[in-house]
Amino acid sequence: MKPFTSIGKIAAQGSVRGRAKGGEYSPKSIAFLLILWASLALAFAFLITLIVTTFIEGSPRLNSMLLTEFPASRPTQAGARPAILGSMMVIAFTALFTLPLGIAAGIHLEAFSDRKKWWNRVIELNVQNLAAVPSIVYGLLTLGALSALGVKDKNIVAAGAMALSLLILPVIIIVTRESIRAVPDEIRQGSLALGATPLQTLFRQILPSSVPGIATGSILALSRALGEAAPLLILGALVFVSFDPNGLLSGYTTLPIQIFNWTGRPQEEFHILAAAASIVLLALLLAMNAIAIVIRNRFQKRW
Amino acid sequence: MKNSKLVGLIAGAAALAIALTGCGGQGATNGTGLNGAVVADGSSTVAPLTEAAADLFRDVEPGVNVTVATSGTGGGFEKFCAGETDISNASRPIKEEEAAACAANGIEFTELIVANDGLAVVVPAANDFVTCLTVDQLGKIWGPASEGKINSWNQIDPSFPNTKLALFGPGTDSGTFDYFTKEINGEEGAIRTDYSPSEDDNVLVQGISGAEGGLGFFGLSYVTENADKVRAVDVDGGKGCVAASEASVQDGTYTPLGRPLFVYVNNASYSEKPQVKSFLDFYIEKQSEIAELAIFIGLTAEQVAVAKKELESLG
Amino acid sequence: MSTLTTQGGPAKSGRPSGLSQQSPRYGEKAVYLILRISAWLTVLITAAILVAFAIPSIEFFQQVPVLDFLFGDRWAPRFANSSFGVLPLVTATAWTTVIALSVAVPFGLGAAIFLSEYAHPRLRKVLKPVLEILAGIPTVVYGYFALTFVQTTVFREWLKLPTEAFSVLAAGIVMGVMIIPTIASISEDAMSSVPQAMRQGSAALGANRMQTTLRVVFPAALSGIIAAVVLGISRAVGETMIVAIAAGQQARIVGNPLEQGQTMTGFIANAALGDSRVGSLEYDTLYAVGLLLFILTLIINWISIAFVRRFREVY
Repeated sequence: MKPFTSIGKIAAQGSVRGRAKGGEYSPKSIAFLLILWASLALAFAFLITLIVTTFIEGSPRLNSMLLTEFPASRPTQAGARPAILGSMMVIAFTALFTLPLGIAAGIHLEAFSDRKKWWNRVIELNVQNLAAVPSIVYGLLTLGALSALGVKDKNIVAAGAMALSLLILPVIIIVTRESIRAVPDEIRQGSLALGATPLQTLFRQILPSSVPGIATGSILALSRALGEAAPLLILGALVFVSFDPNGLLSGYTTLPIQIFNWTGRPQEEFHILAAAASIVLLALLLAMNAIAIVIRNRFQKRW
Repeated sequence: MKNSKLVGLIAGAAALAIALTGCGGQGATNGTGLNGAVVADGSSTVAPLTEAAADLFRDVEPGVNVTVATSGTGGGFEKFCAGETDISNASRPIKEEEAAACAANGIEFTELIVANDGLAVVVPAANDFVTCLTVDQLGKIWGPASEGKINSWNQIDPSFPNTKLALFGPGTDSGTFDYFTKEINGEEGAIRTDYSPSEDDNVLVQGISGAEGGLGFFGLSYVTENADKVRAVDVDGGKGCVAASEASVQDGTYTPLGRPLFVYVNNASYSEKPQVKSFLDFYIEKQSEIAELAIFIGLTAEQVAVAKKELESLG
Repeated sequence: MSTLTTQGGPAKSGRPSGLSQQSPRYGEKAVYLILRISAWLTVLITAAILVAFAIPSIEFFQQVPVLDFLFGDRWAPRFANSSFGVLPLVTATAWTTVIALSVAVPFGLGAAIFLSEYAHPRLRKVLKPVLEILAGIPTVVYGYFALTFVQTTVFREWLKLPTEAFSVLAAGIVMGVMIIPTIASISEDAMSSVPQAMRQGSAALGANRMQTTLRVVFPAALSGIIAAVVLGISRAVGETMIVAIAAGQQARIVGNPLEQGQTMTGFIANAALGDSRVGSLEYDTLYAVGLLLFILTLIINWISIAFVRRFREVY
């Protein structure tokens, strides 16, 4: 019949001219694929150049002294020990401040808030806005808040943790919401049908299933906080510190700030030291990301 | 269940992290066993000196926590006169209004000169046409009236080539800035505003060495450390061209840009906190080593004697 | 509708009389309250930002007229002859943002399309984490890479471009690379959630993969892609360390990308490194610029939400 022969003709034309026009291997398609490969390749080329140049510059000083010594005026004796401990301490406290609050807020927004009410929509909009606010604004906010509270010495672990907590709180909320949203409705409904209260459903069914997603997202957010320098600079963290941080009210420094500090010195050896410290920081970040990815791959439930 | 394993892992990691940070406390108790804090803030020029002192001091008294912040000379005095710091680093003498603020808060202080420094006038190492600049010429280059008008080297001296002037210098928070503007332009803070400011002297080195007509000013230590990129120009303060060096700064012939570096001490801290007393005594006693470590110029014998006398009268 | 608290329903008929739907469980009420308060705290944060910024800004605008601030073309807030026109900062921010986006959008979308439409699942499993690593590199490291490698080695030594120690181009390019993972990851999520049925339908109609991608998947995922690009814009506007280190510190109207300039965030960072006495005009200036930054980010975000709402396709 006429329509079928026409379709047959078109199909035949398609396969014969496949290479020239419109097929998977047409010049345009191949060019497109090449462009895509190039995009990806560029991103990786950049990453590799960055890591290689940093590595080349820093490798002379990549020894255990970097991890065990204090910063010093003699570059041969300087190390990043307080910076490493300071980073870990600030991140630990940031997690302590922000995770309970963020996860609780995320749970409420996703599971218990009535989205028809206008104020809940305002809260959602607000969280989205906060996620896009520059990190330095959070530094200024913490500075202002602490000044208003009369805190004189803002170069303390608590202030740094506060600024970073505010920074990643919106991200934690969004991550929690998405993890909870990913749990299929059937699980919820089944649990409710069996007589569980909504809270029981939440704590015994939904949250356990969302923990991998929340954990992955939180670790990635914390690794971003690990690399932040701007908000801490505003709080006055650019300080020469010759001791280990020892508590919430202790003076401190972090790896990004120590790197920034060392690059500001005249002696070339300090720049090498800064590159070495960058490698340590990158290694820490890699470790955190790896943990997050392992959690995602091994524990993530596939529905 | 897999998830209980995960939660267990996370809890374990968290406990480990907190335990690790928890044992970041002070352990060593050698030396005479002093401990406590010494808080220093102020000039970013003098900070490396105080840091060098802290570094060497730690070999003697590892239990003392010295922190050195860099809020700038002015910012340092702010905190000092509010009683927040024990020591204020300064690259210029305290101003009257600052001293008044200290008096108003009942803070008594002592001024100590701890090192000498030469403020170098710097050009790229590749610059081959200028060897000496007079104070008048510097004023012409940097004065507020020159903003937008004096743009090339041959406007300073017709024998210089017609290269564009690229000016670099410290920012307005720096004591170096205050000192230079006062000596060259006659008034603190008076300067043309179309130059590239940075509080980071390395950045200034980069900037100057990268511009054909580059010119800037900063401490001599950065010139010494970057001799392959920049060089210092001789300065004629009225008695001929003088190069900045240890000798010319110490005997005063490198004028007007040779300057002392100060440390202001809170008298109460010195007498009441043994770690502060010990630190400052050490600072003056070992000033020559400290200056060498921080690449500054040490004190003359008379200056050392004056400093020691000041400290004795305190405690 | 909230997902868990849909009460009531048709189960009343067979319900045992002992089980009352309304039996009060006080523990549960407490938990609900805690959750609700946590969510409301986020509003408190925004309120705190507005208050913390408004107070110094009001003081600032009592001394500097708003129009002078917004449209003045000379930014010299800390000098003796000061001027508070923010336009130079805005031009530098605009340049770095535009340059960053022109790098990040093509390459980010390219990477996203590849990962979502062309890559083998196992390749995707490897590449996605690597992209995430790129996103996690600290901006300090990026900043120094921009200054030392890109600006000095590539631009000045290899390409011999007419540029000095800093340029908005170097900072912008590196910032673009930093943003690639953000755009790539969100766009990739958007494209992955386009149902397979649409791709299959398109293939059935004879389109090859490129045509399917560009004419079916891309438009379907457009709202997510726009959201990704706009998030990239707000990250570019708000980025601090890369521009503070590599774009320069001289506040000037930037005409050509090979010149240096100071962005809004760069100004805040540099000013914060010095001293900023609470209550002084310098302190208020920080917050005035910060407020401008915050408002700009808000506007960008609202535009994004409006676009997303307009283009969203629900499947």
